[in-house]
Amino acid sequence: MSANKESWGSRVGLILAMAGNAVGLGNFLRFPVQAVQNGGGAFIIPYLVCFLVMGIPLLWIEWSMGRFGGKFGHHSTPFILDTMHKNRLWKYIGVFGIWTNIAVASYYCYIESWTLSYVLHSVLGTFNGMDQEAVAAFFNTYVSIGESTLGIPLEAIVFYVLCLLLNTWILSKGLAGGVERVAKIGMPLLILFGIFLAYKGFTITAGEAGAINDSSVGLNFLWTPDYTQLWSPTVWLAAAGQIFFTLSVGMGTIHCYASYVRSKDDIALSAMSAGWMNEFVEVVLGASILIPISIGYLGIERVSELVASGGLGLAFKTLPFLFTQWGPILGAVAGVMWFGLLFFAGITSSLAMGTPWMGFLQDEFNWGRKSAAWSFGLVVFLLGMPTVLFFHYGVFDEYDYWAGTVSLVVFALLESILFAWVFGMKKGWREIMSGSDIQVPKIYKFIIKFVTPLLLLWVFIGSLITPKGGDWGAAFSGEWILDDSSIINKLKNTSLKRQLAEATDPALITQLQDTLFFVNASRILLVVVFLSIAAMVYMAYKKRVREGRI
Amino acid sequence: MLTTMSLVTGLTIYFFYRVLNAPPRPEPDSYLDNDDEVERQAPRA
Repeated sequence: MSANKESWGSRVGLILAMAGNAVGLGNFLRFPVQAVQNGGGAFIIPYLVCFLVMGIPLLWIEWSMGRFGGKFGHHSTPFILDTMHKNRLWKYIGVFGIWTNIAVASYYCYIESWTLSYVLHSVLGTFNGMDQEAVAAFFNTYVSIGESTLGIPLEAIVFYVLCLLLNTWILSKGLAGGVERVAKIGMPLLILFGIFLAYKGFTITAGEAGAINDSSVGLNFLWTPDYTQLWSPTVWLAAAGQIFFTLSVGMGTIHCYASYVRSKDDIALSAMSAGWMNEFVEVVLGASILIPISIGYLGIERVSELVASGGLGLAFKTLPFLFTQWGPILGAVAGVMWFGLLFFAGITSSLAMGTPWMGFLQDEFNWGRKSAAWSFGLVVFLLGMPTVLFFHYGVFDEYDYWAGTVSLVVFALLESILFAWVFGMKKGWREIMSGSDIQVPKIYKFIIKFVTPLLLLWVFIGSLITPKGGDWGAAFSGEWILDDSSIINKLKNTSLKRQLAEATDPALITQLQDTLFFVNASRILLVVVFLSIAAMVYMAYKKRVREGRI
Repeated sequence: MLTTMSLVTGLTIYFFYRVLNAPPRPEPDSYLDNDDEVERQAPRA
């Protein structure tokens, strides 16, 4: 008998928790950067098309699979997938739905801990009087586990552990008493903070408080469409990739949350509501803060340089400085709101990452909720410490690439094939429509069966063999040189090896050799974790056979 | 920009409004919040 007696408190709570799972740091840091790099306003066209033909179908697929598995008492993907077809191998595909979450939580909680720390630093006025270089240097010192202005030794580790303890404690309170309660507080606050900062982003005036541009300059930079980019496969790949990250599909968390919904209760409308809530936070709020405020104070040229290194740098190295331009009080309030918003976006997602592991232990090994939650905290701590200690050696990026990027596409592709072709579209459609509060357009039968898997396959192949510079025209004309960002070249460490071959400075050579070692070591570690979970699934299967449950 | 933002905001509000106004299901449903409401324990006619 399973020890899993979890339940949601209310339907609104479930939707807020699902939206909280989807809304993450990427909504504020990744989306605007992707938009700027891929055609500005024109990016929104492939982005919304991908949301309609890949994002929404995947949401329905995962909600249905989760609720279907829940009928049989399963709350994690290995045995949810196992119920959908007699082939026993599917449960090992389901290992992705636990592994991804543990690996992603390991580094994600680290970023979350930065936001927690930066909330405190904003209140204490740490950044007052610093210039932009000093704020950037503060961040670099922080992640080097260097000195702390708070006087706490190893400040980054202390905040990381605090963040993990907080996550674990909330998870130990269960779905209704922990996860849902945080979502009910965190999501409205996140939206409130976002609206305040978006208002500031929309009302910057050149010449006031050190601003050099009106907000319209930043908004035009982000939204002016470059239609020539619209036909580039690279832009479509970027749009499809962004849909993955933003909706948290291909992770196993949606399956887990939905497995606690009964079969006569709606999922079709709930999935739409949670999905569009995420889009509101991303397209409306996410696009109105980071880029417009940065360009208002730094100008297009400087921000274009900063954007090339991603959104994290802008968020932690630039915005704290810009907020101080608004004066000590408003600057502190804006800092608390910005990092508070990121914290709520982060914690509602990291809590979701804990639930598949907990569900698995509760269902298969009769663990209690508290022990399952604390075991999650411990595993994440052990797996996450390398990302904290060896941040500058690429461990963080490796976790993010393999677990937070490639794995999502692989799992989503396989689950869409399972749902539409193996489980069968007839049964699948019945699952989506069971108890539905909306009429799902019948065109989605066709989209789920053909368009979504093909699009996913294209995203996967496109990432596997990305041509140099994203030049697909040259590639198809016979000159197919792989880009360093392609999965194959990543696996071969092509970029690192080239840098190593070209380096002449002994210190740089040592640094690159160390990086190569840590990159390979982190991959081995991730593979070991995957195989360990697969072994646990095998043990659970054997246990089920012994107990006559299969 | 304004068209996209209005469209996304409008659809978000519409779907959330539909959720809030969806008729409740007879117990037992998936949620704990109405478990003590005796009048909803009986199936609807």
